[in-house]
Amino acid sequence: MSQVLVFAEFANGQLKKGTLELLSAARKSGLKIQALALGSGAKGLADQLGKEGVDQVFAADDAKLDQYNPELFAEVVSGVLTAQKPAVVLASSTMLARDLFPRVAAHMNVGVTSDCTELEISGSGDVKARRPMYSGKCTAEVAFENSPTKIVLMRPNQLSITPATAAKTPSVEAVSMPAKDLKTLVKEIVKGTSGKLDLTEANIIVSGGRGLKDAAGFKIVEDLANVLGATAGASRAIVDAGWVPHTMQVGQTGKTVAPTLYIAIGISGAIQHLAGMSGSKVIVAINKDANAPIFQKATYGIVGDAFEIVPALTEEFKKLLAH
Amino acid sequence: MKVFVCIKQVPDTETKIKLKPDNSGVDFTGVKWVMNPYDEFAVEEAIKMKEAGKAQSVTVFSVGPKTRVVETLRTALAMGADDAVVIDAPEDLDPSATAKALAGAIKAEGEFTFVLTGKLAIDDNAASVSQMLAENLGAAQATVVSKLEVAEGMATAEREVEGGTREVTQMKSPAVIGANKGLNMPRYASLPGIMKAKKKAIKELTLDGVGVSAADIRVRHKNFQMPAEKPAVKMLAGDAKAQAAELAKLLREEAKVL
Repeated sequence: MSQVLVFAEFANGQLKKGTLELLSAARKSGLKIQALALGSGAKGLADQLGKEGVDQVFAADDAKLDQYNPELFAEVVSGVLTAQKPAVVLASSTMLARDLFPRVAAHMNVGVTSDCTELEISGSGDVKARRPMYSGKCTAEVAFENSPTKIVLMRPNQLSITPATAAKTPSVEAVSMPAKDLKTLVKEIVKGTSGKLDLTEANIIVSGGRGLKDAAGFKIVEDLANVLGATAGASRAIVDAGWVPHTMQVGQTGKTVAPTLYIAIGISGAIQHLAGMSGSKVIVAINKDANAPIFQKATYGIVGDAFEIVPALTEEFKKLLAH
Repeated sequence: MKVFVCIKQVPDTETKIKLKPDNSGVDFTGVKWVMNPYDEFAVEEAIKMKEAGKAQSVTVFSVGPKTRVVETLRTALAMGADDAVVIDAPEDLDPSATAKALAGAIKAEGEFTFVLTGKLAIDDNAASVSQMLAENLGAAQATVVSKLEVAEGMATAEREVEGGTREVTQMKSPAVIGANKGLNMPRYASLPGIMKAKKKAIKELTLDGVGVSAADIRVRHKNFQMPAEKPAVKMLAGDAKAQAAELAKLLREEAKVL
């Protein structure tokens, strides 16, 4: 019998939102659902996964997996997938999964696709997925060939979460750690200062561009982002100018994003920036130039001085979100 | 030691995409082809390794239609690479087949310690070939690398992970490194460099010659679509305070996103 295997990501003992989205999509197929979780606390997810309709949990509950290591993770994941042979593997298109699954796919000689925005899984385990090409300038359907297992990485915030109708009591299989001599060693972690979700996972993004005048002007973007619990992003122009690090760049040569709400402040909208964010559900553009291309992609537009409008917005959202 | 760099030719980021009439793909007529921006960082880093005496030579590989791809290989030669190899292939080769072709070509060149690639190509954004190549070569991998130090048989890479957090990874060679923006500032080709590159022979390989066929393709893209037209933008009027109040109301009541 064919089945769907979901790569379950969690933090502080709770399944991530992206994983709940994947489980909702898996349930729609009517296929048996397996879940694979790695790291300390993996076993403890069985109850939550059961409530989400998972039939079988593979738990590699080992502290060695608390820190990502491509070689070790690829070995553990390939081991489970090769033994289980699921028709479909679903994971969120996070930086970890995008690093990991191509290696797993090469190891298993199967296909992988990432950053998908649409997904349907048939009762026979066929996949119909669509993904952006050229950072969203167009989209294409993905067709797997000679791939008994199809690995699909879904962009977060694209699939809707539906409640599971029947809870299950999944069996829990312990995954043993491979005895592998690793070439890779992670020596040091330098935590980002923001503590926010990555741009690729964020539900709300507030981005700033040249219209902020200088690096100090970016503060109004950060203030607004903080009030909204949003992640701050940036245009290429101000990354190249050195105002903010490249990790914050949205666009074809930065990150392709698709949050529910994208607020562009002082960004005129170069083609490569628009390509990277036009998949956002609702776009707000604030710019002093009424002819800026960004307004062609925007849902709501405000023409004016960002230094007057943005602080007013920050105050307004503070009031709104207090209720 | 030789350093190998894998590069891809892609449409320039300013390209406006047009689809073929049957939606089977993108119409490349009139497209300006350039080196994938992330691959420029990979080429630059390899040349710097050579200049620092940490590599004897730099060989650049590219997979794709040879008539156009050789132009991008010449750009890499003009920047300072020593040798170039083109693996002639149709333009819709997927990451799985591409990584196999590159692994075949690299193994044929003999011993290697480091292979550099871009972290992703800006056309299909698959971000897969670097990791697949590492697996095919039995090598360590580090993607999204913004700082790299190599010493005898060892590489230390700083790579970006979620949310701006960075990891410092140490790898024993062989290793495949995926370059990110910030790794260096790619140089422009000098005029003498361009003249010299024009005269250099580019080695030509076939897919068959590196043991790859259409049966190695795992993913194809079809039924292309342009994004749906957005409804016209709603412009907000009034002073800053009024606009802010109106926007907050619309986002909560109309768009229902807050």
